[in-house]
Amino acid sequence: MGKKKEFDFFDKPENIRKLWIMLYVLCGLTLIPDFFLHAEGHFGFDGFFGFHGLLGFVACVVLILFAKLVGLVLKVKENYYDK
Amino acid sequence: MTNNLPPAAILILGALLVPFIKGKAKSYYVILLPAMAFFLVSQLQTGTSWQVHFFGFDLTFLRVDKLSKVFGYIFTLNAFAAFIYAFYLKDSTQHMSALFYIGSSLGVVFAGDLVSLYFFWEVMAVASTFLILARKTEKAQAAGLRYILVHVFGGLCLLAGIVLYISQTGTVAFDHMVERGSATYLILIGFLVNAAAPPFSAWLPDAYPEATVTGGVILSAYTTKTAVYTLVRGFPGWEILIWIGCIMTLYGIIYALLENDARRILAYSIINQVGFMVTGVGIGTMMSLNGTVAHAFCHIIYKALLWMSAGSVLYMTGKSKCTDLGGLYKTMPWTLIFGAVGALSISAFPATSGFTSKSLIIDGAIHQHMAWVWLILEIASAGVFLHAGIKFPYFVFFAKDKGLRPGETNKSMLLAMAFLSFLCLFLGIYPQPLYHILPFEVHYQAYTLPHVAGQLQLLLFSALVFFLFLPLLKRTETIAIDTDWFYRKGGRVLYRVMDLSLNGINRFCDRFFVGGVSGALARFSEDGIARLTLLPLVTYWYMKGIRGKRLEIKKMSLYKNVAKGVIPAGLGAAMAAFFLVLVFLMS
Repeated sequence: MGKKKEFDFFDKPENIRKLWIMLYVLCGLTLIPDFFLHAEGHFGFDGFFGFHGLLGFVACVVLILFAKLVGLVLKVKENYYDK
Repeated sequence: MTNNLPPAAILILGALLVPFIKGKAKSYYVILLPAMAFFLVSQLQTGTSWQVHFFGFDLTFLRVDKLSKVFGYIFTLNAFAAFIYAFYLKDSTQHMSALFYIGSSLGVVFAGDLVSLYFFWEVMAVASTFLILARKTEKAQAAGLRYILVHVFGGLCLLAGIVLYISQTGTVAFDHMVERGSATYLILIGFLVNAAAPPFSAWLPDAYPEATVTGGVILSAYTTKTAVYTLVRGFPGWEILIWIGCIMTLYGIIYALLENDARRILAYSIINQVGFMVTGVGIGTMMSLNGTVAHAFCHIIYKALLWMSAGSVLYMTGKSKCTDLGGLYKTMPWTLIFGAVGALSISAFPATSGFTSKSLIIDGAIHQHMAWVWLILEIASAGVFLHAGIKFPYFVFFAKDKGLRPGETNKSMLLAMAFLSFLCLFLGIYPQPLYHILPFEVHYQAYTLPHVAGQLQLLLFSALVFFLFLPLLKRTETIAIDTDWFYRKGGRVLYRVMDLSLNGINRFCDRFFVGGVSGALARFSEDGIARLTLLPLVTYWYMKGIRGKRLEIKKMSLYKNVAKGVIPAGLGAAMAAFFLVLVFLMS
């Protein structure tokens, strides 16, 4: 057949590891401007180093945990309405 | 007059010819119509025309200003892309209903008065229902029915509000609503039903995911965005909209995180995105209103792109649930790439259109010193990346390979997605053409270092959370209960309660009156008088010493005579006297 080998970059554990490292590095890179920007923020509470990173991190953790919590009540089987 | 034709007319009248055109010509024809309408919008002169005197009202079918024009541009542009996407489709019913739907949405946007607005509003509701029914599954039929019922409710609120408004103000003109009373609140509710504001939002994730492949793409743009237009026009600066909008942004995220079906995730993310726009209307400054309009413009493009991407996957695999999908990057790389552009745009990644439009709303909140609103919008921005930016592409194209090897989708679909992807990036890098057509003058620079750096921080740390918490986000074969529970399950519970209570009363009444009282009355009227007559006479005979068989014979004879009404006159008179005495004694 001579079939072309399938592109499976994202299935290989060593590549996943590289992507993880890349994600950490990128997160670190976004913090660099905060060293020399000394932004004051808009409301007084948002001017410190890495504020947006922290906000994104905490907000997403809270959203996921909250969704998980309400999911206990709200999630039902797909055929729930057919019964 | 020739360069001031209502753009709605092109699509609505054009739709009537669709069944007569066969084969590929039909596909080209339906692409041509919105292209012509787009050209027509670009030629429209500011002002009002097509005024008709109708039942004592001055209706205005064409009111052209910057606000109506920008919506006219994006509605026709998106329709153009959607019909390229639908090139493979030969179904005249779907094409016609889509054209009626889009045409009447243009009718709403260019309507200068509430009466013609209401007319087009209702045509939209009816025409769009057919895009759901056209899926021809049992689920779609049921969802379509619920969809139209909710819109009938919203339409009735709107109608009641309009009637009250006209009787109070004496005008049918649709402009900024200043008075806050029952009339304007009813109109607002009518608009908010279509904007999918909770608790009237469940119709959207209930119905859109059941629509056809192209139906979903088309539906995602018009109903909610005409509602956004009406809010911008009629209710700018109504503070309640700030909070409704903020709730919508978070509500959409939580539900999108719970959902398993890719198209249901995208449906909830519409609610989330419209939330940003509604908040912008509530803030009501020139900057935030510009933001709302710009965001509606960009949202229509990237949301259609996302629905196209999910639609291509559904078209090729017949599946849309995250639990059934995964690993499609191997065989549908272009669908992935275009979908990713849409996903980055909705997340407001720098260099995409979401970044240049959403920032206007968020900065609008900053300028008004609304710290809480700003914080909620930032949290919601992080959440968007979580559910639509990463979750959708991750579970559909990556995650666990489910062994699906569908191959890339057809060329017209890819072409439409490429076109919209280009627009997403173009408006992200060079937003000036969009800023130029916004209702108010724009003095805004999205690309400042603190802004870009802050946004990248927010998004990348959100991405980090997604992958760190991946085990918690594992998809399950479930759906999440929304407010449609009340009319889906609640309807049945209500039926049960009604059955038990009302039918219970019915059964009781049946036993008591039909079986009991009326039976007793019937028996009484049959022989009651005879029995009453027997009572004193038998006592009398008994006292006279009549016993046994003779007493029985006398009793039978009297009973028969009284029942037949042939009692001796003397006995009758005596009985009457007896009863009179009895009544006298008892009283």
